[in-house]
Amino acid sequence: MGQAIDEILKEFSSDKRALITILHRVQEKFGYISAEAIPRIARHLKVTENELFGVLTFYRAFSLVPKGRHVVKVCLGTACHVRGGPMVLEEFERKLEIKAGQTTPDDEFTLETVNCIGCCAIGPVVLVDEDYHGHAAVPNVGQILKKHQDPEPRRA
Amino acid sequence: MKQYRSHLLVCAGTACVSCGSFKIKEALEKEVKKRNLQDEVLVIATGCNGFCERGPIVMVHPEGIFYQRLTLEDVPLLVEEHLIKGRPVKRLMYVPPAEKEPVPKMKDIEFFKHQRLIVLRNRGRIDPEKVEEYIAFDGYAAMAKALTKMTPKQIIAEISAAGLRGRGGAGFPTGKKWETCRLAKGTPKYLICNGDEGDPGAYMDRSVLEADPHAILEGMVIGAKAIGAAKGFIYIRNEYPLAVKRVEIAIRQAKATGLLGQDILGTGFDFEAEIVQGAGAFVSGEETSLMASIEGRRAYPRQRPPYPAEAGLWGRPTNINNVETWANVPLIISRGAAWFSSIGTETSKGTKIFSLVGKINNTGLVEVPMGITLRQIIFDIGGGIKNDKKFKAVQTGGPSGGCLPAEELDLAVDYEALSKAGSIMGSGGMIVMDEDNCMVDVARYFLNFTQEESCGKCVPCRVGTRQLKDILTRITEGRGEPADLEALLSLSDTVRKGSLCGLGQTAPNPVLTTLRYFRDEYEAHILEKKCPAGVCKALIAYSILPEKCIGCLLCLKNCPVGAISGEFKKVHVLDRAKCVKCGVCFDVCPAKVRAVAKLTGMDKDRAQGSGR
Repeated sequence: MGQAIDEILKEFSSDKRALITILHRVQEKFGYISAEAIPRIARHLKVTENELFGVLTFYRAFSLVPKGRHVVKVCLGTACHVRGGPMVLEEFERKLEIKAGQTTPDDEFTLETVNCIGCCAIGPVVLVDEDYHGHAAVPNVGQILKKHQDPEPRRA
Repeated sequence: MKQYRSHLLVCAGTACVSCGSFKIKEALEKEVKKRNLQDEVLVIATGCNGFCERGPIVMVHPEGIFYQRLTLEDVPLLVEEHLIKGRPVKRLMYVPPAEKEPVPKMKDIEFFKHQRLIVLRNRGRIDPEKVEEYIAFDGYAAMAKALTKMTPKQIIAEISAAGLRGRGGAGFPTGKKWETCRLAKGTPKYLICNGDEGDPGAYMDRSVLEADPHAILEGMVIGAKAIGAAKGFIYIRNEYPLAVKRVEIAIRQAKATGLLGQDILGTGFDFEAEIVQGAGAFVSGEETSLMASIEGRRAYPRQRPPYPAEAGLWGRPTNINNVETWANVPLIISRGAAWFSSIGTETSKGTKIFSLVGKINNTGLVEVPMGITLRQIIFDIGGGIKNDKKFKAVQTGGPSGGCLPAEELDLAVDYEALSKAGSIMGSGGMIVMDEDNCMVDVARYFLNFTQEESCGKCVPCRVGTRQLKDILTRITEGRGEPADLEALLSLSDTVRKGSLCGLGQTAPNPVLTTLRYFRDEYEAHILEKKCPAGVCKALIAYSILPEKCIGCLLCLKNCPVGAISGEFKKVHVLDRAKCVKCGVCFDVCPAKVRAVAKLTGMDKDRAQGSGR
């Protein structure tokens, strides 16, 4: 992993301005910012690990733990809220037997909430990886999960 | 350039894409080819059309026929009937609520009829990934005029005379902002386009970025000339990947055609634009936080003054405007201040885009002249409330705004009128609520939001929003006390006066407006332990009425937790201990039967007492 991180870092100068962009790239590539990545990025940008940690924990886009193979994001923007988004979230929590922010033990799904993805007209909206599901409701949560489930479930 | 007799404009905004519009486009292209029409008919993907709820949408040009909610199966029929036989397909057209006959043409549909498109002029009309199409509709003509025929002072005078005000929410006069930055000492100077659209329920900026990215670039070059900036940043919210992609393409194409970069149009003027992606923090929409974020730091706001116009990015003079503001600029330059200021009210000129969402029939993005009434927006354009329910409130301005009741429906929308009513214009979210929405729950929702998004730098916001949220949560859980209302008011006052940035200063607005207009709902929660709208879970219970239940098994099959038992044609029974109050049984019970009752207050206690 260290080598792959260095590959990314090569594209950037040591200008601190690139900090968030670099974090985006690492997050995108590995699904999280690993303990290994932090000192490398800090060294490259000549900032302290402390400062880097402060920035990365400030923003919601970065995670310190790996995510599941599929990331389910339930939109809780205002438009989705008034149309029953919270009920949809609860159904995901029941079906996956985890709470928002957690990952299933078999690493298949990570459940997250998002504060509006700008598809308010078709709310409640659920985003699984890059697939948008509009007009989500409690009865179709099962179908949404099924569509993204691995064909051969890997048992934990 | 090749001529086609028909253009099929497929909407490729995020909402339509999520309904499968790219697949529709592919299918249309295939079908057109199969019928050997590829030299006569062109299929184009456009930016967001606006009538998002009706996606996937296809407009047939030049007739202006509007097809909606298309499926892949509809494609062969559409091509055969409309394009070969010349018979528009009625079945695929839009039928207004409560009517039977479809409205074939887009311009005749109520949703579009009352709109006035300035910023969204190119929506659903051009392919946002082709600079040629933007140019074909007079794109970059205003920039050429500004670069060749106008001095910086003249540009600013024009923008000032037009009366353009910031569309991000605060409504600061744009010309004045530019002038301050132009006069500020220090180089280089920077421009920023604020596309960190964080208000939940608002997506106009995303739509403009996706549908007409060149309009933003053109506006920024004009602004750069006025201020004397050579570099601009377009800050785009992390949740908007399609907008990032479209702006990237636009920058690349504009540079390749000499419309951006070095020596623009051979005038010797240089301007570079760069995209910066946000990372998911609501507070970064605040201008000083946004600049901290561009510099690679935590998005912490700071004290103003100094204002960004004097000391912004890396301490240099920086002019920051919202996406919609930038998109207004080219038209003001090309058509003139007099034209622009003829639209709107005394103090608010031009148009405003609203995202009309929530419990409304025609959901989508609308651009209307300032001064239009809320009633016109909600009932004429929006087609009224879904399922013939009663209108309760409209929430404007996102977490910084407020909820306005039916009595305020005739309010003419502009910056001053909205703030007088206790809300704000904000970025333009307009969330319509009906009788089934609880206003205490809505206030709790927003305070939960601001409390989570508070950056924590100043105490009144960090602690105050938390306290407000805790009190509101208590009330929605039936643990409210009469003294809570006073506490909410005094806490709100502290948070408003003591917070450092706009996030905290406006955070109490949802509480204050709901208390002002819907105090009775708070009192019902506190005094009667009742949620009149039937939303707050702790205060409601569901029950199946044995005298009404026909035993159709619908609720039983749909209950996610198996709380309902019964057999076909026998009365069903709901087990309260298992019930999670998701409301599915209530929703699926046939309208003619209505055997599921939602109980609150005394009714709930009585039903529980009887063991039903």
